[in-house]
Amino acid sequence: MPNQRPQTWITVALIAAVIAIFALSFTLAPKPTEPDSEAFTGTDSVVTQVIEDEGYEPWFSPIFEPGSGEIESGLFALQAALGAGLLGFALGNLRGRSSARKQFAADAAPGGTTQSTPS
Amino acid sequence: MHIAEGFLPAAQCVAWYAVATPFVVHGARQCIKEARKSPENKMLLAAAGAFTFVLSAIKLPSVSGSSSHPTGTGAGAVLFRPPVMAFLGTVVLLFQALLLAHGGITTLGANVFSMAIAGPWIGYGAYRLLRRFGSSAAIFAAMFCANFSTYCVTSLQLALAHPDPVSGFWGAAAKFLAVFAITQIPLAIAEGFVGVLLFRFLGTVVRPQLEARGILDPVVPATTKQTADA
Repeated sequence: MPNQRPQTWITVALIAAVIAIFALSFTLAPKPTEPDSEAFTGTDSVVTQVIEDEGYEPWFSPIFEPGSGEIESGLFALQAALGAGLLGFALGNLRGRSSARKQFAADAAPGGTTQSTPS
Repeated sequence: MHIAEGFLPAAQCVAWYAVATPFVVHGARQCIKEARKSPENKMLLAAAGAFTFVLSAIKLPSVSGSSSHPTGTGAGAVLFRPPVMAFLGTVVLLFQALLLAHGGITTLGANVFSMAIAGPWIGYGAYRLLRRFGSSAAIFAAMFCANFSTYCVTSLQLALAHPDPVSGFWGAAAKFLAVFAITQIPLAIAEGFVGVLLFRFLGTVVRPQLEARGILDPVVPATTKQTADA
């Protein structure tokens, strides 16, 4: 059954494509023109800057602000870690259920687990 | 796509809250309903929420020289239809608004509308349109469109709040799209590939559920051939 088990080379190709996209992004991206400007600024803050340059004053400021860029990136890492942990748990749980189901089906089938011998 | 705290006029903040609330309430109900159906559903729901949680935390570099983050809302929209993502996306945005000062409480309604409502629905629409060309193509399109359209909606929301003094709404929309859209294209393509990878894995562990939802084609030919040979 070719559809049941995904072909490994497609998986590898997809992962390679994702890596290639970011490798290309790094090399093709224009270098910052001014020496003090940061490369790869977040688009959200670019837009905020554009609006502020037009003379707009935000009328409300965040209730809690991470003290520094380091703390902020730490909290972003925490978000990614929580998400990745839960994702891994959910996918692992599904995989465990699936193999338990297969095992159960194999045991319940007439002839037990030995039924896989071809006739 | 996070509109920063205080960057929308108060009237628009209220309006976006009003628009988003029914979707989020309906989405929360759908989440509970789906979670009660089966343990597998509960895990898939957790996976869909976690997928958005991870992807929206990661800011990635793009060819434009800026960085931005994917949204990851397409996967849940394909698995459970878009309403559940209205709720799951709101949880993510609330976390970021409160803990990371990313987005904001005043702009939450607008951000929920772009990332958790418009994105998933547009992604789901693309999925339905392309489903007959194969599940991988449809899933790729769903992920790509959910990601990309979120940023387009954000651009329009910002243009509505900050129209250009000379060229008006459309001038401002073009200006914001120029910042968001080009940066987002490679990220959306990458997210499409990641989505296909996720569904390839899900296909090995919850294949019956995905077939029942019409996400994957049933593997009929292989089994019928087997019985015909026997």
